[in-house]
Amino acid sequence: MPAEQFHEWLRREGRIVVVGASLAGLRAAETLRAEGFRGSLTMIGDEPYQPYDRPPLSKAVLLGKAAPDRTDLPRRRDIDAVWRLGTAATGLDLAAQRVRLADGDEVPYDRLLIATGVRARPWPKEEEAQLDGVFVLRTRDDAVRLHRRLKAGPRRVFVIGAGFTGSEIASACRDQDIPVTVAERADAPLVGALGGVVGAVAAELHHDHGVDLRTGVMVTGLEGSPVGRVRAAHLSDGSVVETDLVVVCLGATRNTEWLTGSGLGAGPRGIACDAGCRAFDFRGIVTDDVYVAGDVARSPHPLFSYQFLSLEHWGNAVAQAEVAAHNMISASSDRIPHMWVPAFWSSQFGVNIKSVGVPSMGEQIMITQGSLTERRFVGVYGYQGRVIAAVSFDNTRWLEFYERQIETGAPFPVEYPTMDRRPEGRKAMPADFPDPSLPTHGPTVTLSGYSPADRRLVFTPSRH
Amino acid sequence: MRLVVDLNRCQGYAQCAFLAPDVFTMHGEESLVYSPWADDEQREKVARAVAACPVQAITADGLDGPGEPAAAAGQGAPDAR
Ligand SMILES: Cc1cc2nc3c(=O)[nH]c(=O)nc-3n(C[C@H](O)[C@H](O)[C@H](O)COP(=O)(O)OP(=O)(O)OC[C@H]3O[C@@H](n4cnc5c(N)ncnc54)[C@H](O)[C@@H]3O)c2cc1C
Ligand code: SF4
Repeated sequence: MPAEQFHEWLRREGRIVVVGASLAGLRAAETLRAEGFRGSLTMIGDEPYQPYDRPPLSKAVLLGKAAPDRTDLPRRRDIDAVWRLGTAATGLDLAAQRVRLADGDEVPYDRLLIATGVRARPWPKEEEAQLDGVFVLRTRDDAVRLHRRLKAGPRRVFVIGAGFTGSEIASACRDQDIPVTVAERADAPLVGALGGVVGAVAAELHHDHGVDLRTGVMVTGLEGSPVGRVRAAHLSDGSVVETDLVVVCLGATRNTEWLTGSGLGAGPRGIACDAGCRAFDFRGIVTDDVYVAGDVARSPHPLFSYQFLSLEHWGNAVAQAEVAAHNMISASSDRIPHMWVPAFWSSQFGVNIKSVGVPSMGEQIMITQGSLTERRFVGVYGYQGRVIAAVSFDNTRWLEFYERQIETGAPFPVEYPTMDRRPEGRKAMPADFPDPSLPTHGPTVTLSGYSPADRRLVFTPSRH
Repeated sequence: MRLVVDLNRCQGYAQCAFLAPDVFTMHGEESLVYSPWADDEQREKVARAVAACPVQAITADGLDGPGEPAAAAGQGAPDAR
């Protein structure tokens, strides 16, 4: 069938299957219908719930402003789908165009969208991870359990890892006067995502709000009581913290195991795809019928030296899903690239933190507005003489301006005058990111693959 | 009524918190905290907040009538699970 006719047929009576019924899956389904797809749509999700929103789980929910089981995503339109919820996809037959399900069923497709996201990395010592009172926070079920325990008034909460999730949890605890200890391997919170200069400000936030912050330490073990409840955490500096509730915030693992052996370019770092969200097979050849979106995807971005980016960003999941959906049912000349400038927000200790671009690529940082000591500022990150990212603390209104600077490759150090520019903001300083070859948790942006500008190829094996 | 705020877009203008204070509140200077679920009595206020947000960051369904999501009216049987 000629391409044009094929796409007409696809739109009219094709079969589209979406694996992963969460933010990216839902927004893709809505886009498909909005763009006139009239064929059959099947939504496969291993969680038993309709798509719900995750960011409130570590914010509004823990602050008591929202019920954990009531964060369902609003619908932009009717998607008229067949829902297979509570059923995991267990395999993919690329040649036969079929998805295998845990219940033994097989679902054929003409186009497949994979949006299986990531899951929380558990505490690595299995027996200790099983202790009563040890939690992770990724799903609605996690949030329901954690919320219940927090309401019961724990004596002390112990958070492992001071990335965004860990910091937000600590903040919510302090808001309710619950004593909390945070242990972080790096020298400050948020270092993996924003670097040491901004991390130092985050550390002050913790201290000012009465968080017992322990940095530069590793948690060596969790101790249980005879009845199997957690009662203490042991640290590498020899100290012991008594606690009855531990939240493990060690970042996430991509949900790609179900694709093992499928021939798709999928691994621990995600599923590689082109800028149009078309998945690569393991040989690096683009597929025609398999698309990827959201946290599980890694795709090259021209603004960032064609590095493959894996983003754990809400906005990325939405934007990428819309691009993937459009491209799935369009002829190649009508396809559009996913050129979203990464953007992320967090809210902790009453401070609105936002970033655009890829801070972790930055070599240097300049404070172009406000000041670090006031905790109200914009920091701009530079990479090889141009602006690559910006972060704001309680200064969100300016971020759009910096987004344009990133898009246009504005020169760094920043010379232009800005509102509220202070003398100390005139010089660039090292952004102070940890050695990228060392794993950090919760960076939310991961650079993987190499930059063609570097003309080198280094294989860095990575574990789950 | 389900709702979500695109906090990448939200500029913390607090219009919504002014119009529907039971659903939207400010936490600190700029951070918006909202309840992703609002009761039917809040419908009118939420609708006003959605309309007033200067950057159109709020998406809500079920704004037009009780129960049925507006955008998803006529939802077919498969959707009902
Ligand atoms: C607590 C928390 C706070 C967050 N806060 C922010 C924030 O402040 N700002 C921000 O930008 N982002 C935030 N995020 C990240 C944001 O929620 C994610 O980027 C977004 O959810 C990604 O959507 P997704 O659809 O790609 O993946 P997910 O939401 O992870 O959904 C993937 C779905 O696929 C399912 N699945 C996995 N494997 C299979 C399989 N084999 N078969 C069937 N189904 C499968 C999963 O169970 C899941 O339901 C936060 C995330 C969490 C957990
Ligand atoms: S009105 Fe819009 S921009 Fe203002 S706080 Fe509410 S959601 Fe944010």
